[in-house]
Amino acid sequence: MQYLLLIYGAESDWNKLSEAEAGKMTKAFGEFSQGIVASGHYKGGNRLHDVAKATTVRVRNGKTLTTDGPFAETKEQLGGYYLIEARDLDEATAIAARIPSAHFGSIEVRPVFEMPRP
Amino acid sequence: MTAGGRGLFPRTPAAGYAGVGAQPVEFAQENLDRIYREHWGRIVATLIRVAGSFEVAEEAAQEAFTAALEQWPREGMPPNPQGWLMLTARHKAIDALRRKTRWEDVRDPDVVLAALEQMPAFEDEENVLEDDRLRLIFTCCHPALATEAQVALTLRTLCGLTTEQIARGFLTPAPTMAQRLVRAQQKIRDAGIPYRTPPRAELAERLAAVLLVVYLVFNEGYNAAGEGRALSDEAIRLGRLLGELLPGEPEVRGLLALMLLHDARRDARRSSDGEPVLLEEQDRRSWDRAKIREGLALAGSALRAAPGAYSVQAAIAAVHAQAASAGQTDWAQIVALYDVLLRLQPSPVIELNRAAAVAMASGCEAGLRLIEEIERRGDLRGYYLLPAARADLLRRLERWGPAAEAYREALKLATQEADRRFLAKRLAEVEGEL
Repeated sequence: MQYLLLIYGAESDWNKLSEAEAGKMTKAFGEFSQGIVASGHYKGGNRLHDVAKATTVRVRNGKTLTTDGPFAETKEQLGGYYLIEARDLDEATAIAARIPSAHFGSIEVRPVFEMPRP
Repeated sequence: MTAGGRGLFPRTPAAGYAGVGAQPVEFAQENLDRIYREHWGRIVATLIRVAGSFEVAEEAAQEAFTAALEQWPREGMPPNPQGWLMLTARHKAIDALRRKTRWEDVRDPDVVLAALEQMPAFEDEENVLEDDRLRLIFTCCHPALATEAQVALTLRTLCGLTTEQIARGFLTPAPTMAQRLVRAQQKIRDAGIPYRTPPRAELAERLAAVLLVVYLVFNEGYNAAGEGRALSDEAIRLGRLLGELLPGEPEVRGLLALMLLHDARRDARRSSDGEPVLLEEQDRRSWDRAKIREGLALAGSALRAAPGAYSVQAAIAAVHAQAASAGQTDWAQIVALYDVLLRLQPSPVIELNRAAAVAMASGCEAGLRLIEEIERRGDLRGYYLLPAARADLLRRLERWGPAAEAYREALKLATQEADRRFLAKRLAEVEGEL
């Protein structure tokens, strides 16, 4: 099964990190990514720019409305994601628990909807 | 199919077996109830493993038991009822998959059909079936499911209670309960919750969730009057099953002991009009001696192995159970056990219980000081038993004015009708002394 691991955290926490701490975090993420590539779980993943750079688009009555900012203001923001292949939820949550920012933020584990084959 | 009576096995309306076949009326129904209780969970657990679907397994098991209800009184019991039920359920599942096209939790009916057709005719090796039931328990109590969904799934799938029975037990509308069960089963399928017993390293943590579900079911039944009580019986049955399946886990024994020792006092703890009767005023002759004996033995063995939170609570219940009266209770021992419990599981509610025990062991003043300390911290703000406990100690000290004040405070917070009646009665007594 495929799972999307959504990495949430307070952006203010990230901004508070010293340069040395931020460097350590980037390194830890790099090692984690290499680990799941090597084990064959990795299907994709990216870090996102912060929500200040987000734009929300809606189409209503044929008109496209574009607004600044995320769809909803929340305490924790989506900061990145991994797409993984895992045997079951237990394996997926075990991988999610190894994401370095799980120690202060949170990881939402979402199963990917399997489209019926045509 | 809905259940008519309080028995677990769904009866046909007003049927009984009067005049049907040569089997005595009572005999057949009793046997069926027993077989239903013993075998429902086994059959469902094995079919879920093979078919990968809760829905297919439950429907087929239901149909197999309905067929037994029709055939057995007429033709007599088969020599191997469990094998008969398993085989019949498997055929019913195959029929249903060929016939029915819309399923809630079947992704590919052909795959399920193939698995069922390839299933060995008799999978009756005891350890395979036991493994299936353990898998089912741990899947129903998987931490990715909300606790209330874990409780509902366990009672429905493992114990075979109907949705209506569970809904009545938890005072929830039946459609809400049905919805909860469907959503839980969909999550198991779509999120890929595995059907397996957790590996050794995770067992302790996962077992805690299972024990909590059993304890919640027990408490729900214990605190209810009338029909809700069926839930505490079910919890005790579950506790026994866990004890058989996981004989090396002391906390399983501890929880079973705790439930038995509390359940032994079930009839004594409410008056005929449903009001709570304090432990010291209970008629100890109406305590169930057989349950106490069993509970004491289990609590002892659990404590000797490893003192976990359930085992220590069972030990506290055991001290009460062994005392001829409240006055002859070994309160110092109870205080010591609460100290152990607080180390294992720090909680202001346990502190409050300890304070009440200290009052009995070392005098009301000492207990009162501890309660006031909890109040100062504000940990239990809004919890009616806090002012109620203070009121009780003030009443014993004959400080009528402050006692009345505390009872009024407790009355403001209590929500259960029977508890409110009890507090109002005490308030009136205390006010009479002013």
